Amino acid sequence: MTSVTAGRADTAPFQPESAPDYLPAAILRELQLARLRSTLQRAWSRVPLHCSRMKQCGFEPGDLRTLEHIAALPFTTKADLRDTYPFGLFASPMADIVRLHASSGTTGKPIVVAYTRQDVDVWTSVMVRSFAACGLHAGDIVQNAYGYGLFTGGLGAHYGAEGLGTTVIPTSGGNTDRQIMVMRDFGVTAICSTPSYFLHLIERAAQLGVQVRSLPLRAGVFGAEPWTASMRRRIEDLAGIQAFDIYGLSEVIGPGVAVECLHQDGLHIFEDHFFPEIIDPDSGRVLPEGEEGELVLTTLSKQAMPMIRYRTRDITALIPGACRCGRSLRRIRRISRRSDDMLIVRGVNVFPSQVEAALLEIEGALPHYQIILACEQGLDRMEVQVEVTPEMFSDQIGVLERLNQRISDALEHVLGLRAQVTLVEPLTIQRSQGKARRVIDRRRAQP
Amino acid sequence: MKLHQLSVFSENKPGHVVAPCRLLAREGIDIRALALADTERFGILRMIVSDWRRAQDLLEQAGSVVRITEVLAVEVPDRPGGLAGVLEVFQGTAINIEYMYAFPFVRGQKAVLVFRFDQPDAAIACLQEAGIQVLSSGALQEA
Repeated sequence: MTSVTAGRADTAPFQPESAPDYLPAAILRELQLARLRSTLQRAWSRVPLHCSRMKQCGFEPGDLRTLEHIAALPFTTKADLRDTYPFGLFASPMADIVRLHASSGTTGKPIVVAYTRQDVDVWTSVMVRSFAACGLHAGDIVQNAYGYGLFTGGLGAHYGAEGLGTTVIPTSGGNTDRQIMVMRDFGVTAICSTPSYFLHLIERAAQLGVQVRSLPLRAGVFGAEPWTASMRRRIEDLAGIQAFDIYGLSEVIGPGVAVECLHQDGLHIFEDHFFPEIIDPDSGRVLPEGEEGELVLTTLSKQAMPMIRYRTRDITALIPGACRCGRSLRRIRRISRRSDDMLIVRGVNVFPSQVEAALLEIEGALPHYQIILACEQGLDRMEVQVEVTPEMFSDQIGVLERLNQRISDALEHVLGLRAQVTLVEPLTIQRSQGKARRVIDRRRAQP
Repeated sequence: MKLHQLSVFSENKPGHVVAPCRLLAREGIDIRALALADTERFGILRMIVSDWRRAQDLLEQAGSVVRITEVLAVEVPDRPGGLAGVLEVFQGTAINIEYMYAFPFVRGQKAVLVFRFDQPDAAIACLQEAGIQVLSSGALQEA
């Protein structure tokens, strides 16, 4: 007989906070249209970039008749956030802004996002509804191992879990042995972290003689990096928990844009606050439900930083039909990949162009390089191999070692994470049609 | 008076040093002196060869990164105190030895020391003043 994962549940007590999840579709669409109108109006009157973009295509907020009509508007991209760094897309004066977060951008400069009091409340409410959808409730003891700080994961999950009435332990990321001690001694029933960190935690616990399976832990809410169905199975088998996928991005709000319910059959988007479209990443054309493409999100209630048709670069599809849980919120499939070259390493966004920028700064010319990602004991490991050029080569060991260190420091400065730098002989990095393959990702080679 | 030393970058992996040596052997270039400086991850192969220009071309064509450095070769008696006698010359000067390596002559009772100085010309003057012979590349060929 196959054993059912301990604590697996198909139903959970109804939480009043989840009521908007069950709005009748017609009412939900009406609400979306009304909120979209006011969002466009706000962006038009307060954010020069959005205003000039709308004018360029002859669009005025009052023109909006239907939700589908949004396709007439241009996209917003990460480059727009970078170009208007730090505060250029804010639609509220600083006096109304109560929080700033930042995440890494493509050139080393972070992108900055802002929240009014109401934005924080909305964010908290979608996180409350996320945890409720995962079956958490008052009485649960939640270990929040997302990093607290500029990253939206830590505080987003914290406020949500607290808002739901669970007991939150703000362990933040890192210090694995202490995390295991807390998990065991405090009787933790649910955990939030990146999936890769949780795998690492299970493995380390086993080394310390702690069997996570035998602890009261019954649920994990994992996000901030793409993961596979097989990784979920592995986590669920090893830890004896139900592992849920949560999705979000700082540019839109942070975690809490979409989450799985107990049926784990796609992620419900909190459509009363975020309007999803799936587009063909090449043509920009909106694709019908069920077809795979890039997720584009428009915020419907954000005040400090409304986002209009933001290209997430995440590839997914809207799942047709209703979920067995009864929520009217539409679902997206688990994010399978991204349409650009962004990598997520230990929850940090990394672009090969950042590595290039760091190397250029040091060398003045771009050497051939390769990023190699591997998974060691459940943790991402990043190595940057750099081909030695005659310009950087020296007959003295010390000079080369200092060069190695300088590259390593520059990468850490730009990426916000430590990468191992290896100097390699010329022509050793594999090339295809003269161009070096920039990234080798061995993390998910084995299912 | 200054000799041209070839330095070749090498990863610290099995088989990585042999390739340049084999290439030079095939082309009939004689390696007069050789030293390997290494760290855990990479190494630098330093060589004095019979025809440095051709050796440089061949190695670069084969894809190696090569650097030419001017070094000095000094002949000392192959007996206790031979090296110390040379090093004492630089005591109290501002001349710095970046690195050095030694190899014995096949014939005779002499050893050759190869030095990389931060100020090679000042070092030559010092050595000559002390009566220590600095070898020309021709002298090394005959060794």
